[in-house]
Amino acid sequence: MVQGQGAQPVAAEPTAAPPGGPAAPTPVLEVTGVHKSFTGVHALRDIDFAVRPGEVHALIGENGAGKSTLIKVMTGVYEPDEGEVRLRGEPVAFASPLAAQEAGISTIYQEVNLVPMMSVARNLFLGREPRRYGLIDSTRMKREAREILRDYGVDVNPSRPLRSLGLGAQQMVAIARAVQIEARVVIMDEPTSSLEAREVETLFGVIRRLRDQGIAIVYVSHRLDELYEICDRVTVMRDGAVVRVDDMSAVDRITLVSLMLGREIGDVRKHGATGFADAAHRAEGAPVVAARDLRRRHQLDGVSVEIRPGEVVGLGGLLGSGRSETAKAIMGALPLDGGTVEVGGSSTRRTVAASIRAGVVMLPEDRKLEGIVPSLSVRENIVLAALPRITRGGLVDRAKQDEIVDYFMKRLRIKASSPDQRVSELSGGNQQKVLLARCLCLDPKALLLDEPTRGIDVGAKAEVQGVINELAAQGLGVLLISSELDELIEGSDRVVVLKDGRVVGELTGADVTQDTLMTTLAEAPPEPDLAGAPVDAVPDLDRTEEETHD
Amino acid sequence: MTDVAVRPAPAALDRTRVVGWLQDYGVYVAIVVLIVINTAIKPSFFSLDNFRVQAFQVVPVLIVALGMALVITTEGIDLSVGAVIALSSAVIPLYLGYGAWLSIVVALVAGCVSGLLAGLMVAVANVQPIIATLALMIGVRGFAVIVNGASAKSVTDETIGALGLDSWLGVPQEVWVAVVIVLIVGFVVRRTAFGRRLTAIGDNRAASALAGLPVKRVLVTVYVISGLFAAVAGVFLVGHGGYADPSNYGLNYELSAITAVVVGGTPLTGGRIKVLGTVAGAVFMQLVAATLIQNNVKNSYSQMVEAVIIIAAVYAARGRSGR
Repeated sequence: MVQGQGAQPVAAEPTAAPPGGPAAPTPVLEVTGVHKSFTGVHALRDIDFAVRPGEVHALIGENGAGKSTLIKVMTGVYEPDEGEVRLRGEPVAFASPLAAQEAGISTIYQEVNLVPMMSVARNLFLGREPRRYGLIDSTRMKREAREILRDYGVDVNPSRPLRSLGLGAQQMVAIARAVQIEARVVIMDEPTSSLEAREVETLFGVIRRLRDQGIAIVYVSHRLDELYEICDRVTVMRDGAVVRVDDMSAVDRITLVSLMLGREIGDVRKHGATGFADAAHRAEGAPVVAARDLRRRHQLDGVSVEIRPGEVVGLGGLLGSGRSETAKAIMGALPLDGGTVEVGGSSTRRTVAASIRAGVVMLPEDRKLEGIVPSLSVRENIVLAALPRITRGGLVDRAKQDEIVDYFMKRLRIKASSPDQRVSELSGGNQQKVLLARCLCLDPKALLLDEPTRGIDVGAKAEVQGVINELAAQGLGVLLISSELDELIEGSDRVVVLKDGRVVGELTGADVTQDTLMTTLAEAPPEPDLAGAPVDAVPDLDRTEEETHD
Repeated sequence: MTDVAVRPAPAALDRTRVVGWLQDYGVYVAIVVLIVINTAIKPSFFSLDNFRVQAFQVVPVLIVALGMALVITTEGIDLSVGAVIALSSAVIPLYLGYGAWLSIVVALVAGCVSGLLAGLMVAVANVQPIIATLALMIGVRGFAVIVNGASAKSVTDETIGALGLDSWLGVPQEVWVAVVIVLIVGFVVRRTAFGRRLTAIGDNRAASALAGLPVKRVLVTVYVISGLFAAVAGVFLVGHGGYADPSNYGLNYELSAITAVVVGGTPLTGGRIKVLGTVAGAVFMQLVAATLIQNNVKNSYSQMVEAVIIIAAVYAARGRSGR
């Protein structure tokens, strides 16, 4: 391959110019025309992506947009089917993530991927420890580690095991390590998802310093406020393609949201795009489920939701806003720091079994990981949660079991060669129906549906939506989580909008529209109390964790 | 990502089917083959006396293996069974003065308690099964030796001796007990809610938890059963040997039991259980050992043969789980 300078659309200018400057410098890392598919699924289509030295580049998109696949292509985890990756103008093909790292591309994942049991200093220098007479010079290593980390606002004893630090401090160690190995590009995948507000400020301080040193930063996050605060440029992805590349300041919030979701403001969709009849249900009486002030560190920040019999309450929000966590919390499947859940007016014990007994059931988001039990049959999967009801003296009542299975296989039109077929052999849509049957045979009062139609074919989708509609009409309370706007808007009578684990709005009646939803999502929230921490001098990050000194 | 292919590629089907068939029924075929070969070499092999001898050796392993199979179905493992055998044997002489049956009950309770400890560690404290039961394997044997004293104690009780030596209708009492246990386990696995939960939890724990299954209770129960079965085996060993020897009883039983389970077609990855397969696995390994001994193959060689069989069985199991 030739050096691709000529092919570049932008005028090449040597080295780091100030970010946002008029002339764009040569990208340090560039991806052109990349395609990648997995067993028929096109994950990336003709991707062009470039990040320049000294810029913080936001990479955003909803679930399945292809962000993580792109990152994996850039870091040598995947090889692109087509197209090329260029590092400082040179085409590269990384044999492994390690090779990418050695070439100067460091990735910091959500979950810190260091060695938790080893000391901070060892983690920082792992693989390139300072040596003396062939042995690790631990005195020097510790001294240097302390100096380096102080630069990052982390003042800890470097001999402590890494895991004894707060997550924020661990994150800093990861970043410090990335920079130490002479990274030219640092990719941060949702670095703030487990940080406190104060820690976020420190992180931003560090990011700005890296940027000023001419390091390119790819910043993946779902928090719009952060993007506007720290990023210079943005690439928006949707359905495996890049839909916009621009200066961050040139894209306003509402545009950003509509780009991610693939909808324009004022873009009128004809009704009936989904299987929902778009009939407004009549919500009656006292709430069947009342969740109040649900709190969980980093995930839920005082979410309250009520579901009344006969209504479909939509949970709106971008990825990571706390939708699934809310459903799981109501179900008793997520330990909480605070908050109450009442079912039918009385509070339940916070376990899944107790919630089911009280009449709340959930269809989990991830069918494969949390839903089906693959080697059991369709029959066994359907009655899995209903075992206590069809068991007498420990024995499964087969007649009752077959009756239930028969009824729901017909009612939901589950296509299987027989109830004995292994559920893993069914199509996605039929698996989803099996899970829906598992919920419905519990005779619930409230149904929590987390992405009920994700990854299933159009026919099954309409059927599932029709069933939901019918159930609500029969008086069931439904909580609907969906990343698909059509589904959410048409399916819900009311939409509670979440953002960063908080309820930021509620759409009712005629306001249940795409436009109001997107506007609500794009609005900047009232500033949370940041305690006015200065950006640079935040000492002793690690004290935030419950951990104390030994 | 979204949906990936659900069915195996057609090209791989034939091989998978062959491997799958071997995995399911190969062990039964192998048993028949071994019996035929042995009888051909030495006709006296096919005699009630010889079968009785084989039975006395295989029954304790088989019972332990059934408990092990339950544990393995939940994606666990129980390395403490050998030590529990030692504990159960050590307890018997201590309580023999109160009557044979009482001493047996105490021995069985001791096994349950050890299993309870394992289960609580695994289910409540979230210790990895291999670590939890490894700790017990070491600790429980130590405890058994302390309880009994370092040297073997003779147990000359008629009831217990009968359990290990006598026959009923020409079939050793041990075998009757084993048959009952096999039937119970088979029934529990197939027909009860517990059996269903067991496989579900082993196959997809997250899904089971979200479906409200009592995951912790099932896990604890499974380890208690494994401890109980190991204690039963301990009682039989005392009856058969006529003495209690906690320093030597049950050594390597955990490995024999795991081998029987794996050879019998239960995958170590959990979610599936083969009760009859486990029985066949234990019988098969016993026949292999007997064949090698009868033909004067040195012990060290027979160990190598066993190793090859284990690897072959695990390889076949791997082909299966790829489905």
